[in-house]
Amino acid sequence: MTFDVAKIRADFPILRREVRPGVPLAYLDSTATAQKPLVVIQAMDDYYRYSNANIHRGVHTLAEEATALYEGAREKIAKFINAPAAKQVIYTRNTTESINLVAYSWARTNLKTGDLVILTEMEHHSNLVPWHMLEMERGIRLEFISVTETGLLDLAGYKKLLEQSPKLVSFTQMSNVLGTINPAAEIIRLARQAGAVTLVDGAQSVPHFAVDVQALDVDFLAFSAHKMCGPTGIGVLYGKASLLEAMPPFLGGGDMIREVKLRSFKPNALPHKFEAGTPAIAEAVGFGAACDYLTSIGMDNIAAHEHEITEYALERLEEIPGVKLFGPGIQDKGGVAAFTLDGVHPHDVAQILDGDGIAVRAGHHCAQPLHEKFHIPATSRASFYLYSTKEEVDRLVDGLYKVKKYFG
Amino acid sequence: MDDLYREVIIEHYKNPGYRGYLDPHDYAFADSNPLCGDHIEITLRVDGEQNVTEAAFQGHGCAISQASADLLLESIIGKPLEEVKHLDKEYVLDLLGLDLGPVRLKCALLSLKVLKAGVYGLGEAPDSLVE
Repeated sequence: MTFDVAKIRADFPILRREVRPGVPLAYLDSTATAQKPLVVIQAMDDYYRYSNANIHRGVHTLAEEATALYEGAREKIAKFINAPAAKQVIYTRNTTESINLVAYSWARTNLKTGDLVILTEMEHHSNLVPWHMLEMERGIRLEFISVTETGLLDLAGYKKLLEQSPKLVSFTQMSNVLGTINPAAEIIRLARQAGAVTLVDGAQSVPHFAVDVQALDVDFLAFSAHKMCGPTGIGVLYGKASLLEAMPPFLGGGDMIREVKLRSFKPNALPHKFEAGTPAIAEAVGFGAACDYLTSIGMDNIAAHEHEITEYALERLEEIPGVKLFGPGIQDKGGVAAFTLDGVHPHDVAQILDGDGIAVRAGHHCAQPLHEKFHIPATSRASFYLYSTKEEVDRLVDGLYKVKKYFG
Repeated sequence: MDDLYREVIIEHYKNPGYRGYLDPHDYAFADSNPLCGDHIEITLRVDGEQNVTEAAFQGHGCAISQASADLLLESIIGKPLEEVKHLDKEYVLDLLGLDLGPVRLKCALLSLKVLKAGVYGLGEAPDSLVE
């Protein structure tokens, strides 16, 4: 299949809008959240128009339909990451909640004072704070794989840390700031040799290239629908069946129980054990539609397109005097370009670009420790997805010259 | 856009008149905007009648936050502290000559929040100081 970006853009209604009259949108903030194709919006709209009912308990037609749609989406997501069984796909609200689920259920059962958890210096706050909380509560120890000047993980340092027999290695497969694509299979293999359980933050990887949980042999994978063309409010925790089965429930309530007495309960089987209360049903339906959509385009095609756009963006940004790019070169990088412009705060950069309809993010991108490491309070970040174009990169570059003129 | 980055704002950002740190000082306070990482520390000196005689700020952040700090300090020299305590959001927006959305408003009002927390001798700078 040839990759026709114009055809893909036509699938996304929002990409047709003008930010202000006569100013078309250049959306370069997909790392924060991706735009939604019409098929996803329509799947959710159809669900509410024709099939809306609560799931699992009802016997009427609508309840049957809603349950089939909700569980059907789970099957699609399982297939998307090549999970052995759909019951290993637990619906959560987002990546953050998925990581918290592991921290609350698995870690509070399996970790005691002094146990070591290995993280990295490039983690999003969502893979830092749950472990800080456990450190305070339980006295676990945290160590960090350091990030080199070029934005790669220091694997030699990691091997040294593994000599301390960690219980868990939890890391991002792709940095949301540097764009670094980490060698996840290798990190997991080494962790397993050292006897550690592994958790991968797939918030940035699953949307952008094929992630196969069985090939990775990962114990837990967390990701969000909204970064992969699906709706907000729903994410997934994938886990190995043996681990999930041994874990106590996370939240208590309806749907997660097999039987409730006045003074006791028996938890439900997987995946329902971890899904208390009425879930985000329409969002699950939208999530399933997003998986179908991405699969129809092909994850390898998407990754190749992003690679081409990112390579072009790095080239063009590098030619601007005063622009400093962060992170590795294109060979280790996903579709993210974080940069600073000499003498101009990233917020001013983002604001002036917005005047031309160019949406980039400015700030520390929920990775404050990483910014401290590079001694910068904030960066501007342009990020790319399947609908991004070289023309948008050109508009970004023109916009940055305009910023320089303002602050000249 | 041209409104937001008017020459006066760029000028105060690039060549601030009140950047620095007064040692000794009578009042001091520092705070950050956790969303952006903008940081401002303000030091003040007052005379026997509790009028502001000198003021300085240091820190880092976007043009809006730094220019508003400079404009604000410039405007309070000679003012009684009692009056400084009652400065509000509109006062800063008038100084800037801008109407800002909710995100950038936080940048613009950081310096006023820091100034008032210092003058009131508070331990922290709640948003209610500038609402």
